Amino acid sequence: MPMSEWWSYHPADFLMFSLHVYERLFVLHNQALWPAQLLALTLGVGLLLALWQPRAGPLRLVVPLLATGWLFVAWAFLWQRYVPINWGIRYVVPLFVLQALLLLVLSQWRGGLVLSPQRLTPRTFGLGLVAYAVFLHPLTALLNDHGLASAEVVGLTPDPLAIATLGLAALARSARRGWALLIIPLLWCLISAATLQLLEAPGAWVPLLAAAIAVVARLMPHG
Amino acid sequence: MLVEPPPLSRRRLLGGLLALAAGSALPPLIARGESGEIREVPATGESLPLVGLGSWITFNVGDDPALLEACTAVMAAFFAEGGRMIDSSPMYGSSQATIGHALAELDATDRVYAADKIWTSSPSEGPSQLEASRRDWGVPRFDLLQVHNLLAWERNLATLQAMKAEGDVRHIGITTSHGRRHDAIERILREADIDFVQLTYNIVDREAEDRLLPLARERGIGVIANRPFQQKRLIRRLEGEPLPDWASEINARTWAQFILKFIISHPAVSCTIPATTQVEHVRENLAAARGPLPDAELRRRMASYVQSL
Ligand SMILES: NC(=O)c1ccc[n+]([C@@H]2O[C@H](COP(=O)([O-])OP(=O)(O)OC[C@H]3O[C@@H](n4cnc5c(N)ncnc54)[C@H](OP(=O)(O)O)[C@@H]3O)[C@@H](O)[C@H]2O)c1
Repeated sequence: MPMSEWWSYHPADFLMFSLHVYERLFVLHNQALWPAQLLALTLGVGLLLALWQPRAGPLRLVVPLLATGWLFVAWAFLWQRYVPINWGIRYVVPLFVLQALLLLVLSQWRGGLVLSPQRLTPRTFGLGLVAYAVFLHPLTALLNDHGLASAEVVGLTPDPLAIATLGLAALARSARRGWALLIIPLLWCLISAATLQLLEAPGAWVPLLAAAIAVVARLMPHG
Repeated sequence: MLVEPPPLSRRRLLGGLLALAAGSALPPLIARGESGEIREVPATGESLPLVGLGSWITFNVGDDPALLEACTAVMAAFFAEGGRMIDSSPMYGSSQATIGHALAELDATDRVYAADKIWTSSPSEGPSQLEASRRDWGVPRFDLLQVHNLLAWERNLATLQAMKAEGDVRHIGITTSHGRRHDAIERILREADIDFVQLTYNIVDREAEDRLLPLARERGIGVIANRPFQQKRLIRRLEGEPLPDWASEINARTWAQFILKFIISHPAVSCTIPATTQVEHVRENLAAARGPLPDAELRRRMASYVQSL
């Protein structure tokens, strides 16, 4: 395509599905998985508790669970449901798999993941993001026509999974490991915010705000 | 490099004569058929209803059973109103599979004029892409294949020309939209052997009137007008405004019909392909082709009225 032609495109020209169809993806996903949502929420609470009082043992357990979430969402949501209506997502699927590998490796390799519980602000931001992803994000479905039937549950759908992982990345004591875990969820949040914005969906700012909070927390000293 | 200009075939000669015979009178070549207003496409000898059906966004519903059923209802109404041309592309997500689902449900593969596209920057992949599309639609062969947005058009058009020579597709063409690359389109219209050009034309996007529409007409090439409603933006813009009293002269009861009648009354336009998710809208759109169409004078009035709003 000639360079000059790019200027004639409006971002909305790249949108190839409607908000209704997008919301229905979650309705169908939830119907197909019920009652796995209960298990996912329980595991989400487990993740929050493990991060609250971080000890090596529980952390070694929950972070691989989070990695499983990335693999599951890559397959069951992105590949099975989202790619058929948005072929661009095909290129995102390998990133989700990479994120799962990063979580697995960094949580087991050389002493595993050490969190920094002392510093109040990054801790509050990090735990806040995880708590939001587990408890509040599913409730944003109340803003659309389908209600809780289209709830986005952590571990089963991409947005809350990315937001919870941003929380974990914000908590990591090692800046290197933290940033390594943060990049892909951050990228997803940007993609999701842009998509929701173009769809004129309520709450497009949520993933954007989550990404900003994680970056700010990550830039703070972790002691 | 342009594709070798074709020798003047009997078909093209006939097409040119037909276009000449039509002169400048408005609207030419309109005949009332059983299935509503139809117009002959000189290059092909094919007569098509003036309003077809697009599938960008509206039919991209994945495998959602409720939405597939809703799309099937739209297509059922489309055929019931005499519609024939449905346009899609491998770029449109699951739209081709949705069309295939509905065609099978409605047992309508013999009623549809199946228009699809080749959309690849690696022309060697073209044939396998087209075969996958054909399987999605569930039709024995496409009626029309177009090079989508001029993507790698020289080699992709060569693929389509070869298919046509083999009888694997009936008609071929090229597409663009939003007024893009009209210079290249003009060259192709002059030099390549195609049956259809698809471009954006509506009551506010009228750039094509200057050169492309007259040229297509002169060459006997059919014109498919896409984005009749600017993907609904145009309808939203006009919704709050009153239709002029004189819209009743051409039986335009809604803004959608007003816009469609403007498009299809251009003598070079073979058909327009509004997309919709709603049965009521598909009926309204196809009804626009019935009844009187505006003449040149009324078309000017329509355009300046919309401009004044
Ligand atoms: N380069 C290319 O090859 C190219 C580019 C653009 C388009 N196209 C083709 O052209 C087709 C048409 O263009 P488009 O889909 O972009 O836009 P369009 O047909 O101008 O607009 C579609 C929108 O108009 C609304 N609509 C349809 N009938 C209506 C009515 N009677 N009253 C009120 N609203 C109505 C539909 O909403 P509802 O669902 O609510 O009815 C839909 O959202 C495409 O679907 C595609 O097949 C091809």
